[in-house]
Amino acid sequence: MPITLTERAAQHIARSISKRGKGFGIRLGVKTSGCSGMAYKLEFVDATLNDDIVFDSHGVKVVVDQKSLVYLDGTELDYAREGLNEGFKFNNPNAKNQCGCGESFNV
Amino acid sequence: MALLQIAEPDAPTAAPPKHRLAVGIDLGTTHSLVATVKNGIAVCLTDEQGRALMPSVVHYRSDNGIDVGFDAQNARVTDPRNTIVSVKRFMGRGTKDVPHIEAMPYVFEETPGMLRLRTVQGSKSPVEISADLLRALHTRAEAHFGSELTDAVITVPAYFDDAQRQATRDAARLAGLNVLRLLNEPTAAAVAYGLDNAAEGVYAVFDLGGGTFDLSILKLTHGVFEVLATNGDTALGGDDFDHRLYCWALDNAHISPPSDEDARRLQMAVRAAKELLTLSEEAPLRLRLASGEEIDLPLNRADFFDMTRPLVQKTLAPVKRTLRDAGLAPADIKGVVMVGGASRMPHVQRAVAEFFGQEPLTNLDPDKVVALGAAIQANVLAGNRQTDEQWLLLDVIPLSLGLETMGGLSEKIIPRNTTLPVARAQEFTTFKDGQTAMSFHVVQGERELVSDCRSLARFELRGIPPMAAGAARVRVTFQVDADGLLSVSAREANTGKETGIHVKPSYGLTDNEIADMLRAGIESANADLAARALREQQVEAERLLEAYAQALATDGDLLNGHERAAIDALVTRLRQAAAQQDPSAIADSIAALSRATEDFAARRMNRSVRAALAGHNIDELQHLQP
Repeated sequence: MPITLTERAAQHIARSISKRGKGFGIRLGVKTSGCSGMAYKLEFVDATLNDDIVFDSHGVKVVVDQKSLVYLDGTELDYAREGLNEGFKFNNPNAKNQCGCGESFNV
Repeated sequence: MALLQIAEPDAPTAAPPKHRLAVGIDLGTTHSLVATVKNGIAVCLTDEQGRALMPSVVHYRSDNGIDVGFDAQNARVTDPRNTIVSVKRFMGRGTKDVPHIEAMPYVFEETPGMLRLRTVQGSKSPVEISADLLRALHTRAEAHFGSELTDAVITVPAYFDDAQRQATRDAARLAGLNVLRLLNEPTAAAVAYGLDNAAEGVYAVFDLGGGTFDLSILKLTHGVFEVLATNGDTALGGDDFDHRLYCWALDNAHISPPSDEDARRLQMAVRAAKELLTLSEEAPLRLRLASGEEIDLPLNRADFFDMTRPLVQKTLAPVKRTLRDAGLAPADIKGVVMVGGASRMPHVQRAVAEFFGQEPLTNLDPDKVVALGAAIQANVLAGNRQTDEQWLLLDVIPLSLGLETMGGLSEKIIPRNTTLPVARAQEFTTFKDGQTAMSFHVVQGERELVSDCRSLARFELRGIPPMAAGAARVRVTFQVDADGLLSVSAREANTGKETGIHVKPSYGLTDNEIADMLRAGIESANADLAARALREQQVEAERLLEAYAQALATDGDLLNGHERAAIDALVTRLRQAAAQQDPSAIADSIAALSRATEDFAARRMNRSVRAALAGHNIDELQHLQP
C-alpha cells in the first residue's frame, strides 16, 4: 500500500520546500522513543538512500525507508489545524494504540 | 494526536558521529563479565592474565583492603566469613527469602528492606558488595580504553522484580556507572545470537545460570526483537546442583560436621567435580579436610544425573508455562539458545533437546553470550549504530499491573507480557456522594483479589470537589519505562488536581513470590472468577442499600406503612444474602429490591419534578401580579 498525502498536506509541503530553497521531497519514518514505543519522524529529504522507497503524491515525492514502511504501510499524512496549533498528522492504519500525549504509538 | 512539523534531516551522513564508549556488563551470580563493541564486533574484555570471566567474589580484608574476583577466590577457604560469593541472590532480599541461608558462613543482619552482611569492614549491604564487583569491571574497561567510561548496559534476570532491579541500578550508581538500560539476560542472549546469525523466527532462550533460571520466547522479524513471553525461577541454578552434590557428599562421607573453612573447601571440590562430569564419565571426589579427615567418594555421571534429576525437571515447568503464555507448541520453536554455565551439563542439554525435539544452539560461549548481547545493546544506546543496522528492542513486563477497586478486586491496567515501554490510562470515579479523596493501591499479580496480589504502592488524590457518586472523572495513568520501572499518576478531570508516585518498591519480598503468584494465578483462575463475581455482587448490594437508605431519609414519607414493611423485609433479605457466599442469591435479592422500589423511585422523581415546576409557577405568578 502506498503512503499518501492529503491535498492540503501536499500543498503545505511544496510551499515549505520552496521556502527552504532546496529539497527532493519529504521523508516519513519511525524511530523508537516516547512512552508508547515508537514516534513518527518527518524530515526534508536532500538525497535518497539505498533502501528508500519513493512514492509520488499530488506531485510531492514521499520517501520512506523499508524498515519504517513496515509500520507506516497505508499511512495518509494530513495537515490539520487543532485549536491554535497547526501541523502534520499521521493517519496510520497500523497503529494499535498511542500514548496519552500522542507523541508515540505502537503496533 | 500531536501535530508534527517538518524537521531538517539528521546530519550523520555528513559527519560520522563521535564514537561514544559504552560497555555491556553481565553481573552474574557466580561470574561477571564486561564486553564492548570494537570495530563492529562484540568482544569480552579480559584482565591482565587474559581471563574474561571474573568470579563474582568480594573479599573484605582486615587491613581495609578489598579483593575482587580471582584475587578473592582463595580467601573463600581461609576467610569465608568475609568473602562474599553469589551476592546476587541477596539483592533486594531479606534473610527469610534466601534459600539454604543456614548453610552460608556469613553473619547476616536483618534490617528493614534488605538484609546486610557483617564483615570485618563493617556492615555491608548487597548493593555495596555488587558495586565493588562492578567497580572492578569498570576499572578493567577503563584500562582497556585508556579513557574514562561511564555508560553501561547491565543485564538482570527477566524475573527480577522491581526491588531487585532497583538494587542493581543503585549498585551501578555506587560504582560510578551510568546505566543506559537494564536489559533482561535472555533478551541480551538473543541480541548476541540474532545479529551474529541473522536468524528470523521464534526462538527460546534457556538460561540456567549460577543462581537463576529464565526461559524466554523471543520473536525475531525484520531485525526487530520482541519478547513474546518470559518465565523462570529466581532461586534455581548451578549453585543448587552444587548444593545437592554437597549434601550428597556430607551424607556419604561420614565425617563430623565441617567447619566453615572445610565446608568451603568441600563446596569448591564438588563444583570442580560437577564441571569435570560435563567432559568425562567419572569424577571421584577426593579431599583432605583441615580437620584431618579425608573424603574419598567414587562419583560418575549416572550418579550425578540421578541425584539432580528433580532439579532438571524443575526447569521444565516454567518452560511449559512460557510456551502456554505465548500460545505456542514446542514444535513452533525454531531454535533454542542455551545460556549460562550450568546449561553445559549434558543431562540439561538432553532434557531440553527431548522437550523441544531438536538439538539446542550452543555455538556461542554460554558464559559470554549475555555480556556480548549487552555490549551490542550498549553500543546502540550510546548512538554508535550505523544506519543499516537499525533495530528495535521490545521487552515485556512479567506480571500484570493493576489497581485495587471497591470490594478488594484488582483491576488490571497493564496486562503481563505487554511490550515495554508502555503507558496505559483508565478512568475511575467516586463511589459515594460528596467523596473528596480517593486512595489508590497499586498491585502486581495475576489474581482477581487484591489480597492475593503483591502490593507495590499506595497514594491518595485529595481535593476532588464534592460531587454525586460517579460524577468525578479521575484518569489514572500507568507508565513503565524501558527498564521495567513503574510510575503511576492520577488526575481529576474537572479540577486538574494531580498526584502520582514512582514505584520504588519496598525491598525484602519472599524469593519465590513472583513464580508462586504466577502459578497460583493459573491454577486458581476459576476460584478467582467466582470470588470476583461474589465481590461484585456484594459491592452492588452495598451501593443499592446505601442509595435506599439515603432515599428513605429524604423521602421516607412517600411510603405507607405497608409498603415500607414490604421493602424493609427485602432489605433485610439482601443484607443477609450479601453476608453469604452465593453471588446468584445476592443478585436475586438485588433484583427483588430494585423491583419493589421502582414505584418508590417513580414517586420520588415526580415529587422532585413537581417541586421544580412549582418553583417556576410561583415565580411567574409573582411576575404577573402588579
